Amino acid sequence: MIESKRLRAGILLPPYLWLLLFFLAPFLIVLAISFGETAIGVPPFTLGWPPSLFSWEILAGDSLYLRAWGNSLLFATIATLCCLLLGYPMAYAIARAPGRRRDLLLLFVILPFWTSFLIRVYAWTGLLRPNGTINEALLWLGLIEAPLPLMNNAFGVVLGLVYSYLPFMVLPLYATLEKLDATLLEAAADLGATPRRAFLSVTLPLSLPGILAGSLLVFIPAAGEFVVPDLLGGPDTLMIGKVLWDEFFTNRDWPVASALAVSMLVLLGVPLALLRRAFAS
Amino acid sequence: MSATKPRPRPSPATGDEGAGIEPGKEGAAPQSFVRAPPAAAASIVRIEGVRKRFAGTTAVDGVSLDIGRGEFFALLGPSGCGKTTLLRLLAGFEQPDEGEIFIDGEPMAGVPPYRRPVNMMFQSYALFPHMSVAANIGYGLKQQGLPRAEIAARVARLLDLVELGGLGERRPSALSGGQRQRVALARALAREPKLLLLDEPLAALDRKLRERTQLELVALQRRLGLTFVVVTHDQEEALGMATRIAVMEKGRLRQVGTPEDIYERPRSRFVADFIGEVNLFEGTPAGAEGGLVWLDTADGRLAGTGPSGAIALSVRPEDIEIATHRPNATNVVVGRVEGARYRGDDMVVHVRLESGKAVRATRLPHAPPLPADADVFLSWSPQDAVALAE
Amino acid sequence: MSRVLLGIGYVFLYAPIALLVLYSFNASRLVAVWGGFSTKWYGELLRNEAILGATLVSLEVAALAATIAAVLGTLAGTALARWRFPGRTVFSVMATAPLVLPEVITGLSLLLLFVSTEQWLGWPQGRGVLTITIAHATLGLAFVAVVVQARLAAFDRSLEEAALDLGAPPWKVYATITLPLIAPGIATGWLLAFTLSLDDLVLASFTSGPGSSTLPMVIFSAVRLGVSPQINALATILIGLVALVVGLAFWLGRRR
Repeated sequence: MIESKRLRAGILLPPYLWLLLFFLAPFLIVLAISFGETAIGVPPFTLGWPPSLFSWEILAGDSLYLRAWGNSLLFATIATLCCLLLGYPMAYAIARAPGRRRDLLLLFVILPFWTSFLIRVYAWTGLLRPNGTINEALLWLGLIEAPLPLMNNAFGVVLGLVYSYLPFMVLPLYATLEKLDATLLEAAADLGATPRRAFLSVTLPLSLPGILAGSLLVFIPAAGEFVVPDLLGGPDTLMIGKVLWDEFFTNRDWPVASALAVSMLVLLGVPLALLRRAFAS
Repeated sequence: MSATKPRPRPSPATGDEGAGIEPGKEGAAPQSFVRAPPAAAASIVRIEGVRKRFAGTTAVDGVSLDIGRGEFFALLGPSGCGKTTLLRLLAGFEQPDEGEIFIDGEPMAGVPPYRRPVNMMFQSYALFPHMSVAANIGYGLKQQGLPRAEIAARVARLLDLVELGGLGERRPSALSGGQRQRVALARALAREPKLLLLDEPLAALDRKLRERTQLELVALQRRLGLTFVVVTHDQEEALGMATRIAVMEKGRLRQVGTPEDIYERPRSRFVADFIGEVNLFEGTPAGAEGGLVWLDTADGRLAGTGPSGAIALSVRPEDIEIATHRPNATNVVVGRVEGARYRGDDMVVHVRLESGKAVRATRLPHAPPLPADADVFLSWSPQDAVALAE
Repeated sequence: MSRVLLGIGYVFLYAPIALLVLYSFNASRLVAVWGGFSTKWYGELLRNEAILGATLVSLEVAALAATIAAVLGTLAGTALARWRFPGRTVFSVMATAPLVLPEVITGLSLLLLFVSTEQWLGWPQGRGVLTITIAHATLGLAFVAVVVQARLAAFDRSLEEAALDLGAPPWKVYATITLPLIAPGIATGWLLAFTLSLDDLVLASFTSGPGSSTLPMVIFSAVRLGVSPQINALATILIGLVALVVGLAFWLGRRR
């Protein structure tokens, strides 16, 4: 109402055009190329008419992709649950801490987010490898006789995912728990609810939006993660993001990589829409 | 036992004081004005059939109103009655869907807020937190392109005017609530607007400060000879400051008049009920004679003064006398005492009439107690019962 | 109970980082063997031209991308916080999806766009700093837009109305009232976009060309081969810088 039409257009158009050009258009091209065929040349694909379903047939026919998809969803789900189990008590404890300390505790959850993700995942390899810190320590203590396989397997991947995305769970949970009116719990106690019951019947239901938002913020990027399965995973723990990377960089099969990207977008579209709704409310 | 207490009197302005007040279309019967200036010069604001809808609701529903030069005009009503929307229409933040607004004779359709000869004092004060007090007050002058030195001089004068000399370099956050209110006022006055709009100017102040500020605002308005339009939901504030009041309900003007008109001669149940405490007796017309109008109500035939064909009588608690024996009076109703509330300077007695209706009446605080198990008789003079046509 | 878990959570978050810092001063190349305190890896790091070159590329890309992201993200956040317009849903999806969308998707699609436009329009000529910057700016835009939108949602609009009422035309209101008041949000957004760009491996890998490797790309190729003491040293420096900046910001925030 206040702004003139011209000012509005001046504010809206630059980012709109940018996103159309560098966000929407690329997806349409990916969609188109997924119906192309590989070729030897630059670029290494051809687009023809009628569209070729070759890449999609590969995707449907080779169990490698199906397994990678299964792994992605499985690992992302487990990681989300672990983040919730660890992140909820953390967010709860931070939200109930006194003012000054609360800021500091929160800062220490956010801080790793500002340091290199790649380096943090890499740091785990020093801990988890067969001659890494954890195994050496356990051997020295005599608790084990041979090194435990801690990485290049599902354990390593899930651990890496939980580690990387834990702050994404804690922050939205903290935001909802912090807003929670403390007098509600006092009222519940006053009405005879034990702390445990009060938590289950008041705190938990009221923090559901935070649980949902946090879970989606962890699940979506975790399902498409590349660095973690690459550094901490092994041949049996392929995830879809890693497969896409390999198709593109190693096999130079751009149409299959494109088809994988489209399939990811479609499958992650549901949680993405849920996330939008969680944020809207 | 008489329990009449003096009514609160609006302090300023009866009709003959405000030169050139032109009553609105729905205004009370015009009193005789000594000087009647020509209409064009008289009204600084002319609102003609203005309607404004927002998704689903009509915020302002066909309002026509004239506001005279130099008036202290109050828009009064409960929240959601459209008074703030009307103010924002004057400021130019909203455009009417229908009707026209003229300010100083100029049509305002399509004129944006920054080109209107009008300034507004916001309810939240809307002081720019990243600027000093002086920069806040000078903001409007800077937009006019005045030279720095002149801006500084005028800001200094305005600071003196609102008694904030020496505080120009402070940030608004370093001021008290009362000081912020003055900064907001000075900022709105800086451009010497033809019309100053005030949105709930006292709402953010505490009670004591509010009373003093009422007087100061009125004095300032007189001194500067400006036209003030103030929006308020507080009838005491409106009665205490305004030369004229428009009472709004659901987007419509219910009554426009001087504070005395509104308080003593309400024309509808809504206005009577909104301005202070009243008892309403609803009924059907039963004729008029000797300057009195009669109504058949559930509590008997009652008399009041006002238009014939009235459908309700409004009686203020302080005009009702309570007796233990039937008095010889025109209006008498019977009931039982339900309880009494001590209020310091008086006592409010709640009486349940035979019809089931609850009535409030005031007594002196130390009057002897009334029997709880016997009938009491309430009576009032027909002159104190205002007959309401709607 | 929740306090204990909070403690465990922090140990979980910080133990690997602490060990990394420790090992950067380990004279031995082997992870689990302490060969005495040494700063030799820092010396080697400073003589490693691949890493130094990549650092410069990364800083250049990050500064450019964060600045573009700050400008476009501020505009996008303003539009999202303020108005309804045709195509608003599409716009808001586009502006916020990069926040969570797996980077392999965004990276691949941007690369394919650049390849296609180069074929059809002759732009961009090859890939390098420019294309990485575009990719990172698109990612950063989303973060800035979200921060700015949140800041504007809490913004008292009567401040803008007051400025209009005092005679300032809309563009001047935006410049003198709105922008200064959301500036802290924009600064936070810029910093976020800058950090994300410095940190990003996937988008950069897809959109870079020969001779324009960013720091994470060099780190990645090094750590893929196993533990690298030089990378430990580099990580320690990076973590120290971040801790310094964040600590300073926190301290300044407290002093206000």
